[in-house]
Amino acid sequence: MTEKTATESARNEPTLMPPVDVIEDTAGITLYADLPGVPKDKLSLHVEADTLTIEGEVALDMPEGMESTHAEVSLPRYRRVFTLSKELDTDKVAAEFAHGVLKLRIPKAEHAQPRRIEVRVE
Amino acid sequence: MMYRSLFPRDLFAELDRLQREMRESYELSPSIRGFARGGFPAMNVGGTASSVEIYAFAPGIDPTSIDAQMEKGVLTIAGERKPQLPGKDEKATVHIDERFAGRFRRVVSLPDDVDPNAVNAKYRDGVLHISIQRRQAAQPRRISID
Repeated sequence: MTEKTATESARNEPTLMPPVDVIEDTAGITLYADLPGVPKDKLSLHVEADTLTIEGEVALDMPEGMESTHAEVSLPRYRRVFTLSKELDTDKVAAEFAHGVLKLRIPKAEHAQPRRIEVRVE
Repeated sequence: MMYRSLFPRDLFAELDRLQREMRESYELSPSIRGFARGGFPAMNVGGTASSVEIYAFAPGIDPTSIDAQMEKGVLTIAGERKPQLPGKDEKATVHIDERFAGRFRRVVSLPDDVDPNAVNAKYRDGVLHISIQRRQAAQPRRISID
């Protein structure tokens, strides 16, 4: 799994880049992404060909007439794009989203899973 | 705490941040504690005529484990975020490791007119939202002229 360059993902409007952890084990890849402030219905995940796009819109509960005095999260949208490698099975992606943390599990295709090679001595 | 930008890999965001910090260093510093950027959780602060609103972006934390305290006009938010990375003995490779893990603590000084008895805190979608009412006397009042 590799990441697309910033210029490609920043084509449209500026967005926040969510921090991620990516862990690979023998059966697949697990990705965690921090998307605080994004409600479940404003999260969008797309897998198209070998491209995974994570997007989310921040929806904060703000009282009317609020004036911001200090903002570290200053854009209303997150976006990050990854290129998936061939051995990953994109039909079997499982996603969980709770408390602003997205967990994606992308298993490796059956044929790509490690197999023990028998060595025979004749 | 180790400095760690929330969005470290986006060069454009980093440049934007640098530019903003340079601009802000010329402006009035908000308080003696400043607002250290790059800490966890990231914070937004705003206000209305009747309240002060604080948003702490702290995803993936059990809300009951967050320690939020208000004392002498200072709000402190502290807690811990458990690492999700595998241990050394597990057969797993960490390709990207950017998310914050460990103990955190952030301090915000509040305006003088807040009412410590009228605080409302909610945790939703990974954001802790603390709303503190301002004291009645401090709210702008229209003076009628006869």
